[in-house]
Amino acid sequence: MTTEGYRTDSGAAAVLSVEGLRKRIKGKWIIHDVSFDVRPGEIFGFLGPNGSGKTTTIRMLVDLIKPTAGKVMIGGYNVQKQPEQALRHVGCIVENPEVYPYMSGWENLEHFARMQPGIGEERIREVVEIVGMDQRIHDKVKTYSLGMRQRLGIAQALLARPELLILDEPTNGLDPKGIKELREFVRMLAAEGMSLFISSHLLSEIQLMCDRVAIINGGRVLAVGTVNELIDENASYVLWQVDQREQAVALLSKLGEVTLLEQGDHGIDDAVMTALPDAIVTTITPGAIPGIVQKLVSSGIGIEAVQKVSPTLEELFLKLTEGEGIV
Amino acid sequence: MSNLLPLIQNETLKIWKKKRFFVILLILAILIPIFTYAQMRMAENNKDKFADWRSQIIQQIADYQNALTSDRIPEEWKKYRRIMVQQLTYYLENDVDPSAPNAVTFTRGFMNNAVTLFIPLLVLSIGSDLISGERSSGTIKMLLTRPVRRWKILFAKLVALIFYISLTIISTLILCYAISGIFFGYGGWNLPVFTGFVINGAEVDSSGVHAVPHWLYIMMQAGLAWFSAVIVGLLSMMVSVLVRSTAASIVTMMATIIAGTILSNMASAWDTAKYIFSVNLQLTGYLDGSPPPIEGMTMLFSIGVLGVWGLIALIISFGVFTKQDILN
Repeated sequence: MTTEGYRTDSGAAAVLSVEGLRKRIKGKWIIHDVSFDVRPGEIFGFLGPNGSGKTTTIRMLVDLIKPTAGKVMIGGYNVQKQPEQALRHVGCIVENPEVYPYMSGWENLEHFARMQPGIGEERIREVVEIVGMDQRIHDKVKTYSLGMRQRLGIAQALLARPELLILDEPTNGLDPKGIKELREFVRMLAAEGMSLFISSHLLSEIQLMCDRVAIINGGRVLAVGTVNELIDENASYVLWQVDQREQAVALLSKLGEVTLLEQGDHGIDDAVMTALPDAIVTTITPGAIPGIVQKLVSSGIGIEAVQKVSPTLEELFLKLTEGEGIV
Repeated sequence: MSNLLPLIQNETLKIWKKKRFFVILLILAILIPIFTYAQMRMAENNKDKFADWRSQIIQQIADYQNALTSDRIPEEWKKYRRIMVQQLTYYLENDVDPSAPNAVTFTRGFMNNAVTLFIPLLVLSIGSDLISGERSSGTIKMLLTRPVRRWKILFAKLVALIFYISLTIISTLILCYAISGIFFGYGGWNLPVFTGFVINGAEVDSSGVHAVPHWLYIMMQAGLAWFSAVIVGLLSMMVSVLVRSTAASIVTMMATIIAGTILSNMASAWDTAKYIFSVNLQLTGYLDGSPPPIEGMTMLFSIGVLGVWGLIALIISFGVFTKQDILN
């Protein structure tokens, strides 16, 4: 039996490695083909719309559902064959942070601590402090707000000092302040060397939090890569606001590295467009912006703003699938 | 790997914190005084009518014999009455009062009546919630993603369930004795009671009958009631694994148990009904020699049938629970 991690292409041992995962439920294929690796210390995003198979995949990662085909390796152990070894260093929250409402937060933590050897009262106190719950920890959970349940769920997941933390839609139901806190918290954990696997249906959230991302739709992983490659460069728009719109459009249309887009050709959110009146929407070859700015300025056109705007998730999917011919 | 003991502690604690057992105690504490009061009224009534218990038994025998001559009474019922006549005669001949009013005979009578319906219902309130409760609250996802094999979790739940079933039987006995004693007095532990009647058709074979003190009789009764209750517990655990909601799980089990009670009362001519588990729950009936619900049933037969049902329930529970996908 090997305790050594599974080797990835990059040579680093993957904390989590998913290979050719497939699942059929009641004769219907829910997950067609899911493969990806999560490396030590990285924040890995799992991006897909609702119903794309995110939660089903996550359930297979933690042995709640048995895959029809394929395998999941955590820390070198097969989750389906050796769940006790594989899950020892995993903390997870699947969907909502569900804990026993008729017990206090502390009693809940004690309950889960008893399920694994080597977690004493000292460690419980530590995780309570990490999530900042010392004030209310002895109150019954049914009196907690959703945000507090979320914290308790994370505290529970951290109990066993996991190497991998799996969070399913962690920002659901949190207010903007809570989301910001969560983001900082996730970064802090990653800085300590923990790997995080975070699912979301919000592009912006993954952009803000993650290093690498797998994009899933219809039970298939469409792409795996760094957030930069997949989202920032591949699929973002450049919006120009200038003082002489006509001249600028005429100049930009002559440049090879620029594609001008009319209203309706792009998938930018309406709310964004209203905030940027008269903006010229373009897509630009990566790295060409400084040159274009110089050309505009030397032609006497004043630039008020240049900014990159992300497309919607739907459009990103469209772009990713176009090239591969999968619909 | 991780020890089973902390898991059992978890499951026991959860049932305790959920206050299920307090509800059981509360139900017992409310119902037993009601039954005690009814029993007391009956005893007072009899005292007014009869000089002593002997004349009361003689009257009872006469009533049964009158009924036997009537054409309107079905043959099955007559059979039951013939058996009762023979038993009462036996008590009379040996000068033992079968229903001397005291806390011990009340406890005996209560257990005898509670074993088919009342105790199973109390057991269901815990057993039916075992897995479905964790499913409907979603906590099963937390429970099963910990590095513990699923069979260990189910085993821990099973041990906790049997622990509370035992506690339920003991509390029933203690509460019965304590509450009824206030009205009837706490004596009667050493009064004899007859057991060992063998029923052959409509005849009672009293060659094996012997007197045992009441305390021993109640111990035997409690043991049999415990066995019935554990089987009901195992079946409710199985239903709880198979059905997602606690309510559906309780209703399913209640329906089968009540169906069994109805079937036993129909003095069934349907012979194969004796293999249904709920027809066999009245194990205590074999002790005092009441006629079985279906001819040919004996205590060993019933224990065997219940044992097989329990075993099947265990196999299905563990087989399904360790493999099933948690989708909700």
